Amino acid sequence: MSMFRIFDVAGSAVSAQSQRLNVVASNLANADTVAGPDGSAYKARQVVFQTTALGTVGQREATAGVKVTTISEDNTPGRRVHDPKHPSADAEGYVTYSNVNAVEEMVNMMSASRSYQNNIEVMSTARSLLLKTLQIGQN
Amino acid sequence: MIPRITDALEFQSQALVLRAERQRVIAGNIANADTPGYKARDFNFASALRNATASTGSASTSGAGLGQSLGVGIARNVLTPGGREQPALNYAQPHQTQLDNNTVDMDRERGAFVDNAVKYEATLRFINGSVRTLQDAMKSANQS
Repeated sequence: MSMFRIFDVAGSAVSAQSQRLNVVASNLANADTVAGPDGSAYKARQVVFQTTALGTVGQREATAGVKVTTISEDNTPGRRVHDPKHPSADAEGYVTYSNVNAVEEMVNMMSASRSYQNNIEVMSTARSLLLKTLQIGQN
Repeated sequence: MIPRITDALEFQSQALVLRAERQRVIAGNIANADTPGYKARDFNFASALRNATASTGSASTSGAGLGQSLGVGIARNVLTPGGREQPALNYAQPHQTQLDNNTVDMDRERGAFVDNAVKYEATLRFINGSVRTLQDAMKSANQS
């Protein structure tokens, strides 16, 4: 029954989007983290999505789910602020913050939550259609 | 006689299976709305339904004898679940190109999803209607 595969497809997307939301949350939480003694601050992370085949019908790949393959780190240098009083300031009085761009992360968060909602809606539509299918010929 | 009764149901059930199939394909598109490089898929429902019913419909109407049509009916029932040919999936033409080569147009997919859900439900009602008609036809002779 191909209708049941919808839950696999939308479920894989929901879990991928929630992982993206997780990464955004950790980026936002670390937006103001300063560099430790080794001089490297938190680096912003991004998830990378990839299509994955969930089962095949015949020779053809039938169902296109999605999964998170890697979590890549943003390697741009962090924000440097001149603040000699700061306990984490280096020899020249600069403090290195993480390279998280809060605006970008907010946009990313909204996109992830919209996609999450879309997939939940797909699941609830499939659920109501299946429930109606169960009642074939009963009324 | 029996094939004539079941033919209408047969057609509707093929349509229902194809609607479910299309629903699944569109769900795959929506799931991959943010996947880089993913190409949106869909299939032409009309031609898929024509392909699915072409072999079964003509066979049952041309069956002359009872034994022959019964044999066709049995073979058909055995073949239908696994032996039905998959509809050919096409690639959607993107209205706007994106930098990550993803061609999922979320507005179109949502529209197609809702449209397909409504038509799936319509097919369900057609099936329920013919089942009810059949039941009424069987009932009236015995109890009235």
